Amino acid sequence: MILETLIGVTFVAALATFLTPDEHAERVAFVLSLLPVVGSLYAWYAFDGTGNALLDGGSLAFATQIDWLTVGGYTLQWFVGLDGISLPLVVLSTVLTSLAILSAWTPIDVRQSQFYGLMLFMEANLIGVFTALDFFVWFVFWEAVLVPMYFLIGVWGGPRRKYAAIKFFVYTNVASLAMFIGFMALVFNLPVDSFGLPAIAGALRAGELGGFLGLTPGTLAAVAFAAMFFGFAVKVPVAPFHTWLPDAHVEAPTPASVMLAGVLLKMGTYALLRFNFTMMPDVAAQFAVPIAILAVVSVIYGAMLALAQQDLKRIVAYSSVSSMGYVILGLVAYTELGVGGATFQMVAHGLISGLMFMAVGVIYNVTHTRMLGDMAGMADRMPVTAGIFVAGAFGYMGLPLMAGFAAEFFIFQGSFTSTVLPAAPLFTATAMFGIVIVAGYLLWAMQRTLFGEFSLETDYEVTRAQFHDTAPLAALLLFTIALGVAPETFFDMITDAVVPMLGGGA
Amino acid sequence: MSVMEGLVALSPALALAVTGLLVLLVNTVYPNDTKATLLAVLSAGGALASLAAAGALLTGAGAVLSGPDDSVALYADAVVVDGMSLFFAAVFASVTALVVVASFDYLAENPHRAEFYSLTLFAATGMALMASANSLAVAFIALELASLPSYTLVAFLKSNRGSVEAGLKYFLVGALSSAVFVFGISLVYAATGSLLLPEVASGLAEAGDGLAGVAGIGILMIAGGVAFKTASVPFHFWAPEAYEGAPAPVSAFLSSASKAAGFALAFRVFVVGFPLADVSASVDWVLLFQVLAVATMTLGNFAAATQENVKRMLAYSSIGHAGYALIGLAAWTQAAGGSVLGASMAHLLVYGFMNTGAFLFVALAEHWEIGRTFEDYAGLGARAPMASVAMSVFMFSLAGLPPFGGFFSKYFLFAAAVGAGYWWLAAVGAINSALSLFYYSRVVKALWFDEATTEFDLGETPTALYAAVVFAAVATLLLLPGFGPVIETAEAAAAALVP
Repeated sequence: MILETLIGVTFVAALATFLTPDEHAERVAFVLSLLPVVGSLYAWYAFDGTGNALLDGGSLAFATQIDWLTVGGYTLQWFVGLDGISLPLVVLSTVLTSLAILSAWTPIDVRQSQFYGLMLFMEANLIGVFTALDFFVWFVFWEAVLVPMYFLIGVWGGPRRKYAAIKFFVYTNVASLAMFIGFMALVFNLPVDSFGLPAIAGALRAGELGGFLGLTPGTLAAVAFAAMFFGFAVKVPVAPFHTWLPDAHVEAPTPASVMLAGVLLKMGTYALLRFNFTMMPDVAAQFAVPIAILAVVSVIYGAMLALAQQDLKRIVAYSSVSSMGYVILGLVAYTELGVGGATFQMVAHGLISGLMFMAVGVIYNVTHTRMLGDMAGMADRMPVTAGIFVAGAFGYMGLPLMAGFAAEFFIFQGSFTSTVLPAAPLFTATAMFGIVIVAGYLLWAMQRTLFGEFSLETDYEVTRAQFHDTAPLAALLLFTIALGVAPETFFDMITDAVVPMLGGGA
Repeated sequence: MSVMEGLVALSPALALAVTGLLVLLVNTVYPNDTKATLLAVLSAGGALASLAAAGALLTGAGAVLSGPDDSVALYADAVVVDGMSLFFAAVFASVTALVVVASFDYLAENPHRAEFYSLTLFAATGMALMASANSLAVAFIALELASLPSYTLVAFLKSNRGSVEAGLKYFLVGALSSAVFVFGISLVYAATGSLLLPEVASGLAEAGDGLAGVAGIGILMIAGGVAFKTASVPFHFWAPEAYEGAPAPVSAFLSSASKAAGFALAFRVFVVGFPLADVSASVDWVLLFQVLAVATMTLGNFAAATQENVKRMLAYSSIGHAGYALIGLAAWTQAAGGSVLGASMAHLLVYGFMNTGAFLFVALAEHWEIGRTFEDYAGLGARAPMASVAMSVFMFSLAGLPPFGGFFSKYFLFAAAVGAGYWWLAAVGAINSALSLFYYSRVVKALWFDEATTEFDLGETPTALYAAVVFAAVATLLLLPGFGPVIETAEAAAAALVP
């Protein structure tokens, strides 16, 4: 019942925050958000799962499986549980939500109770996404994440917030619909009687898919794989489906950007890992080259776009396209280090991108501008923030002993030795070139904003950031370094869950 | 079957009828509307008693029925009480309770409160009987019992020109379709020699090709009468006018309960009375309802997308939802009939809460006199947050998004259509559903994203209306985790209906 309690407590916290008067909402929300943090840390401490949640031969931690309803011969269940892939993401969700709430204290100055209520509501659904093992339960949580984010962007966002919110909503909803149809096409042609993901994964890996409307099983699997891949790729986002992301990020308030980059994008890669790559490894292998091309294009093109931006937040936003490209590369490599590294990168990128967005947010709070040309020499006036920004950027570039380095190292090692992906060394080498561009745009951006002679082309007084602004940054930096120094805190349990899926067959 | 058992079986309908009479009695004893609260509590209590009776009978607690797949016939088989009629009785009673509670504030200035409540309760009685009608004569009488109070309710704001005009239009179209309906009944009677549905079915089987043409025209005319009551294309023209002109609680009542009653009638008459195998010589009503379903959902959704007035948008979206519910008959096959009918019934139950709630939010806006267009709703989220959250729930649920009840009811409806082999019908439904997100999200956008165009005070909070709106939202949310008993009851009831 630990997971139910965790989700339930977070929902109740959301409701309580929503009903709190605005002037107390920020403190109430932060204190309440510590409850799921404690809960997820306890889950980590007491974690006793082995193997992969979707495949035979392991045991799930904290699993609950209760029949919910039976319709048309299919049983829907309340089915949740944790394995080594989902646990790190649950911990990431709870920790990042708390820190994002803390980072919202300064910028959010209207309708606070609604804002924090929505943040907690989103957190509850995120935990649900990473723990649910029945398709319907999972899909309900998956879609429910969109609703609060739609409001967070649309109500508290920047000048073009309505456009960005609706674009975000429409893109991700259409993607969800494609994915939903693709998945249903699979389920209706499988000899299963439930929507439990393990049952479906088992049947698919055992090759029990039937034909439909004259399509052979192979074609149907390929079409369904493509529909699901598209659905998840929009969420990740993989180029060329990424165009909603910069709009959403730039218009979103800082805490929402943190959640969007830190956790929401991981929903896409997590789902790709669970659905496309775990359930249909054969089809994934067929599509390995096109997927790897998309991954490498995302890495290079995302980095090039970031290089061309003048807006600090846009730079960080586009860099996510690039970093998530590495995750896709790791997945398609289909090796222990590749898939494990991809999962590790989800956590690492969650921490580092959260850190970067918060740092940009702190600078914006002080200067009221994010344009590179408008400011210079910020390091003189806000040394702590600048220091953390530099450290975060180094994490992004993959400096050793930081989480980003470990993740990228695992991914490159894994993809270089891939046997599934033809010409794996070529793809890996091309993707590695992305690191150079990343270093380029980050160093260039820092040089133009942080260093040199202080100047600021706005009317705002530059004051040092408050403690509650820099505290979450420091915490994230600490986690980034901790994971970089000791990656095995998560990596062992990740590989434990990854290894069973690489075997092929059931 | 003893008299007592008969009364127990009919208790959901009787509770509504008796309460309607009691309201009139109280009003006679205390004229001039001195007991406003008593009247409202009495009416709501009657509706809730009806709901409780339907629920108790469905679970077998009344000892008259053993469960949703059991049935009893009363009055020489003219009335039948089974899982389907009780399921729909629960829908009518829930909507009636919500509408009655919400009307308390809406009618604050109106001197004819008692008349409003009793008319609502009598209309609900008619609806409950429509769901139980096992004879075409009872079906017609019940239809009229539901319709006549509805005409009056639409025109209830008699000093408001829009309301009176809407009532007149509704009445004229309604009278015409009643005539069509009853003429259809006479033709079916001529062809089969009976009004009882099971005997009509056997009469159609025996008559063979001899009177197939007469029976076919009769069935088509009955379908026309049903299409009027459910506001389906091509008999939908009255709906936007009536829903827009009527007092908003009445719009909620008509577009949720009255529409569901039309479907209840249609399900039983067509499935029991006109079995497809026996009438295929004269008319293929599955094909007819396929055409109606596709035309209704497409026209309703496209028309809703072009509206500037929220109430009118909801009226057209209500037509669109009639199209979804028609899938229950449009995807009907002997083998899969139970599951599509059941899914359709479950959708109507969820719809009863989310659509009623949406119209009650409009009632709230009318109470505050803030106007009816999307622009007038701008910025309400900041000024009335709880009601706006509720309205957002209704909108997303009507659009069929998780995590709201409308997601599951639509999913099961479309999945049942796929299961019956009509995957293209589900595809049309899904495309329409995706389109509907556009205009539903306009309301949400206006509530939360747009800045208020006018600055004024909302005034006092109408407690009862607010409570009804929030309750409907909570019900819409809780219908997702609680969907198991709903769909299982609906499927069992529908499966029992299929011969």
